[in-house]
Parts: sequence; structure tokens; C-alpha cells
Amino acid sequence: MPELKELLSRCAAVADDPAAQLKTVVAQGRRAIGVLPYFCPEELAYAAGMLPFGLWGAQTQISQAKRYFPAFYCSLAQTTLEMGLRGELDALSGIMIPISCDTLKGMAVNWKYGVGEKVPVVNVCFGLNRRVGAEAYNLAQLRRILRQLEGLAGRNVAPEEIAAAIAVYNENRAVCLRFAALAGAHPELVTPAARSAVLKAGYFMDRAEHSALVGQINDLLALAPEQPWKGLRLVTTGILADMPELLKILEDNRIAVVADQVAHESVSNRTPTPVTDDPLLGMAQRLDRLEGCSVLFDPGKQRGRELVRLAQDAHADGVLWVMAKFCDPEEYDFVPVRRMLDKAGIPVLSVEVDQQMVNFEQARSAVETFADILR
Amino acid sequence: MSETPEKIPAKLLLRQLQERIEQDVWDAKKRGEKIGWCASNFPQEITTAMDIKVAFPENMGAAVGAKGGGQRMCEHAEDMGYSNDLCSYSRINFAYADLKTCEELEIPMPDFLLCCNNICNCMIKWYENLALELDIPLLLIDIPHLDEKECDADRVAYIRAQFDDCIRQLEEITGKKMDYDRLRSVMEVSQRSSKAWLRAIDCMKYTPSPFSGFDVFNNMAVACIGRGTAEAAEAFEALADEYEALAREGKSSFKGEEKYRVLFEGIACFAHLRETYKALQQRGINLTATIYGPAFSFLYSNLDELMAAYALVPNCNSFERDLELRLHDAVKNKVDGAVFHVNRSCKNWSGNLYELERQFRERTGLPTITFDGDQSDPRCFSAAQYDTRVEALAEIMAANKSAKEAGEHA
Repeated sequence: MPELKELLSRCAAVADDPAAQLKTVVAQGRRAIGVLPYFCPEELAYAAGMLPFGLWGAQTQISQAKRYFPAFYCSLAQTTLEMGLRGELDALSGIMIPISCDTLKGMAVNWKYGVGEKVPVVNVCFGLNRRVGAEAYNLAQLRRILRQLEGLAGRNVAPEEIAAAIAVYNENRAVCLRFAALAGAHPELVTPAARSAVLKAGYFMDRAEHSALVGQINDLLALAPEQPWKGLRLVTTGILADMPELLKILEDNRIAVVADQVAHESVSNRTPTPVTDDPLLGMAQRLDRLEGCSVLFDPGKQRGRELVRLAQDAHADGVLWVMAKFCDPEEYDFVPVRRMLDKAGIPVLSVEVDQQMVNFEQARSAVETFADILR
Repeated sequence: MSETPEKIPAKLLLRQLQERIEQDVWDAKKRGEKIGWCASNFPQEITTAMDIKVAFPENMGAAVGAKGGGQRMCEHAEDMGYSNDLCSYSRINFAYADLKTCEELEIPMPDFLLCCNNICNCMIKWYENLALELDIPLLLIDIPHLDEKECDADRVAYIRAQFDDCIRQLEEITGKKMDYDRLRSVMEVSQRSSKAWLRAIDCMKYTPSPFSGFDVFNNMAVACIGRGTAEAAEAFEALADEYEALAREGKSSFKGEEKYRVLFEGIACFAHLRETYKALQQRGINLTATIYGPAFSFLYSNLDELMAAYALVPNCNSFERDLELRLHDAVKNKVDGAVFHVNRSCKNWSGNLYELERQFRERTGLPTITFDGDQSDPRCFSAAQYDTRVEALAEIMAANKSAKEAGEHA
């Protein structure tokens, strides 16, 4: 069995070069569908034989995207559009864009007119009101999206294929959740960067292959002896926490990420799709059950309550809020959720990040100061 | 011999009606009735039919911005931890919910919240926070964004389910029962108001327009908060009659000669209303097309169509439908150019603005400008930038006009 280091390196190689991964997949004759956050029905693309390819922006500078977005839009949207405009995503057969927030509404139109002739848009617009009627509406939307994906795949999809795809994704969610827990228990073996890379790699791989790879990592971690961790234990929250410089700052300060409520990482994995006779119904039901993300309708701020529980259960020293610059949903959530953390006696540090950042000195100072206070 | 009472100008009627509606909310609160805060595009048919009084935080935000309190209130919200990236209406409202006082304008504190995201998804986050802070119920009508031109049956069914559920919840909260005969009556009156408001706005098609387009930003308050009342219908009909009378006589309340006509895209910069108006007016530029006509007119003939109408509001529409509305108005109202407001507070509106401007310009051949501003935070506007760009637009419109006249005489 490969050693842990080799397995982690394989994940890092995929996570660090998604373009190469896309090229390989397409060269093998498989179509790929771009998937923007949040909660797109990837299983449907997978069932149609296509690879869902996660698009969460990139660390790059924007230029062409400025013709579409004013400066005050999040870098996730801007850099993804930038890649599209540069032609870097032309290999995709389509792109799923969910209308989860006001920025993504703009993204859907800007992509359509900027890139859409080469990479057509599949709009994903789910209902948010879980109290009333969203399930029925979302079921109708899933059927609509499936028809569009079938058109892009050039074939029909049978319910059994969707059920099989759901099983693959549920397995992957469970494997990733287990990995996050084991990585949190063994920070001496899994650095924050390695942890991020393992979870990130799944966005560019066939999820069945990713499960197999991460499963091997989990087996090795489960066998590793317990080692006391002399550093700090933090829970991260936010949209994205994969910036290499930020992760290096955590490592330099001997900070372990013991759990996360990050949209890019564990948020989606916490809610499996229920198995139902009509697999689309299960997918619609899952949408009703999702929690912990600022783009969901969350009248009682369950997101905050969940974060407090996560931090308490993980015996964390504090919470690191990786605040995506210009992200309205996160900015709205910050005030009430911070109050909940304060009330629970959980220290929190918010560090604003942007995928165009090149200078992380301010973030470094903030993290070092936070770490000093916590020690 | 009895004297004929002097007719009250429609503009004043609307102002008085607005004040009365706002006072009614205070009076209801004093009587011990449950009152709410309501999103501007929430189906007012429900609250009007049930005689439930509601105040509108967005309208308050605009008024506070216009009266000079925007920065102070926004800064208070920022001291609370809210980012200055967020919608200034919401920041003003968070500050108010915390302070419970505001020298420019106050509204009674709510017992419940009525949220509808057809105007933007930020509404949901805003109202979630209020509900938690004030420990009051939040009722949501979620209206998914349209990516097609029409509202399909699935959306209508979803919206209808929430509409009905809101009624049930409001009955529990307020103790007031929905009278469906009254609802039908309110729907009819709302049609009357909406059509009259549209008729009034439609008068901008005349040359000269019988009124300054900036008046729309004042008069639309009643279209938002009172269109389900007979008084609003009467006031809008009076307004439309006045405008049509002025148009027949070739007169206008626009100060000065109307040399050029523009479409104004976006919300007004309420914190800089005078400056944005003056820079145009002094150059003889009148606003003769704005989306705020259809924005507060909901046309339907039954409940299902009502649901669809609330999904077809400008900020919820498909881009293509939105563009067609602007193009239609630009042609009908004979605009010479367009001004696009890149509103710092509104990601929903500004996210497609550049593409909207591009396609508008390509389809009409008209000159366009953009400027940076904000609906009620005064810090995001540069008078120098605005003035420079308006000057450039005026020059191009002047050159185009000269060329056209030369061509006609050739």
C-alpha cells in the first residue's frame, strides 16, 4: 500500500493543476460539465456519463472579466468568468450556474454572453423556502436540468443511473467527512494544506476514484497512533479556505484545522441524498435538509448554532472565519453568528481573503496575534 | 353661491396619502395591533386585504439617505460589525433596529417580518438577521429568479403555496382573518392603481415630457406602499390626467427647455438626488424613461397571474426580458441617450449592468454613460465623475442632434 505521503501528494497534484486533469479527462473521450457553487445536482451530470468539474475560482488576476463585473464582486465569480473568457475552460461541454446569490445571478448572464457560445449555461434555480413547497418546485427543476444535461451528453439517462450516481456521491461525502475527522485527529500527519488538497481534488476527479484514493488515506490515518498536538486547534468557516499562503500561515503557527464549516469543504458532505424510489425526489429532499451555508434560507441561523456545536465537539480553541471579500451572504451572517460564538465563549478571528491577493502579511499578523492570544 | 373647492395637485395628494399610510402604521401600533416590516415587492394584496399595517425599511433607507442621515446610520451599522460592502438600505435598517431612533425618519418596531426576494436575495439575509435580533417571526415568499421570459406553472404553484401559507401565518400572528371577497376587491383596486400609475409614467413619451422624470422617484412611494387602496388609484388617475392635460398643451413642469431625453437605469442616488438631477437639468436633459413604472405595476386578472406578476418584477426577470423593457421604453419615449447607475449597494442590479449597457447601446445606437453611486450611502458617489460623464453625454447627444437636423435639411 502506498505510503500516506505519496497518497497525499497524488491529491495535491490534482488539486494544484485542475487544468491538466480536465485535459486528461476530455482526451479520454469523457465530457465534462463545469459546476459552480452551491449545491448543483452534480449527480445528474455524473449519471449522464459526464465528469462534474468544480469551478470555485482560481488564484489569478482579472482583466477581461472587468468588462462584465464591477470591482465589488467576489473573486470566485470574477476569476471563474476570467478563465472562461480566456478560453481556459473551452473543453467543458457546459456549465451549471446556480442562482444562489445576487452575484451568481449576474454570473449566469455574464457567462452566457461572454462565453456561452462555447460553453452553454445550464441554469440551476432552486427554491429556498423549505417550510413551504420548495420540494415540489425543486423536483420540477431537477427534471428540467436533467433534460438539459441529457441534451449536452447526447443521450438519455435512466433512473437507475441516477440512483447509482447518488450512491457514488453519498459514498464520497461519507469518505470525505471521515477524512476531515481523521485529519483533525492527526494534524501531525496532515498539514492544513494537505487537508485542503485532499478535499479539493474531489472536484476534479471522478468521485468514485476520489473515494478510493481518500479511502486509502483514511485507512492509514485510522491506524496511526494518537499523538498529542501541542499547537492550536481551530474550526474554519466560510466559502473557500484553500489559499496556499493562508494554509502555510496556519502551518507556520502550528494551527490544526480540526473541523470545518466551509462551503468548499465539508458543508455539502454533511447531508447525504436520501434513497428514494424516484431518485430525483431524494435529490429534492436533500436540498430541503442542507444546513450550514450562508446561501441557504436560515431564519434561525442554524449555521451559527452548528458552528458552535462543531467547535465544542472538536474541543477547538477558536474559529477562523475565512471571509470571502465581497461575499454578501457571508458578510450578513458574520454579525449574528459571531454573537453566537461570543456567547458560547468561542474566540473568533475573521480574515478577509480574495483570490487575487498576493500579499498575505496582514493575514499573517492577524493569525499570529490570534494564536498568541489563544495560547 | 358655493365656491368650487380648489383641486389639490395630484403630487400633493400622493404626498398626503403617503403620510397618512405611514401614520396609520403608528396608530395601529399604539392601538396594540401587530404590525410588520415588509419588503417593497412583497404582495401587498395580502396585507391590504387583511388590514394589516406594515412599514417599509427600504423606503425608510431611501428617505434617510435623501435627508442626509445615510452616512451616520451606515457607520453605526459598520461599528456593529456589518461590512460597508452590504446594501446601504440594510445597513441603515440594522442601525435603526439597534438604536430605535433616527432623526430623519422613524418607523414603528415590527412584530413580524414579510420578506420577498424578487427584488434581491440580500433581502433574505437582511431579514434573517432582523428576525434573530428582534426575536420575531419571518415570513418568506421565495420567488426564484427567472431565466426564461415567462413564469412557468411550477413557479406559479410554488409561489402560490407560499402566498397561502403567509396568509395562514399572518392570521395566527395578528388574529385577523383573510376575507377573500376583500382580497378580490383589493386585487381589482390594485389593477386600477397599477394601470393609472403606468398611464402617468407613459406620459414621458410626449415631447416635451409633461414632467421631470425625477418626480417618478418621489411619486413611486405610494405605488409601492399603497397601490391596493382606492385613494391611491384616485391619486394616480389624477396624476395621469394632469400629465395628459399638460402634454396636450405642450407644457411641462420640467424646469427649463427639454433639449435632450435620457433613460436612467437603476435606483436613484437618494443621498445625492439634487446633484444628480441638477447636472442633467442644467444641461436641458430630462429623464424620460425609467424602469420604475413597471417596477411597481402588477397587472393580473386572477390569483395565478398575480403570482406570475410578482415574478416578473425587473430585478427578478430574465436579462432578455429586462433588456426588451428598456429598449421598448427607449423607443417609445424617444430617448437620446442613457445613464447607467452602477449602484455600489446593489449587486443584483449592477452585476449585469455592463452587459445591459452594451446591448442597449448596440441595439439602439444611442450614446450611454455609466457612473458610480449608491442608493443611500453618500460616500460612494463622486460629483466630479458624474458631472464629467453627463457633460460628455450631453456633447454626444448635441452632436447627434445636429447631425440629424443637418441630414433632414440636406
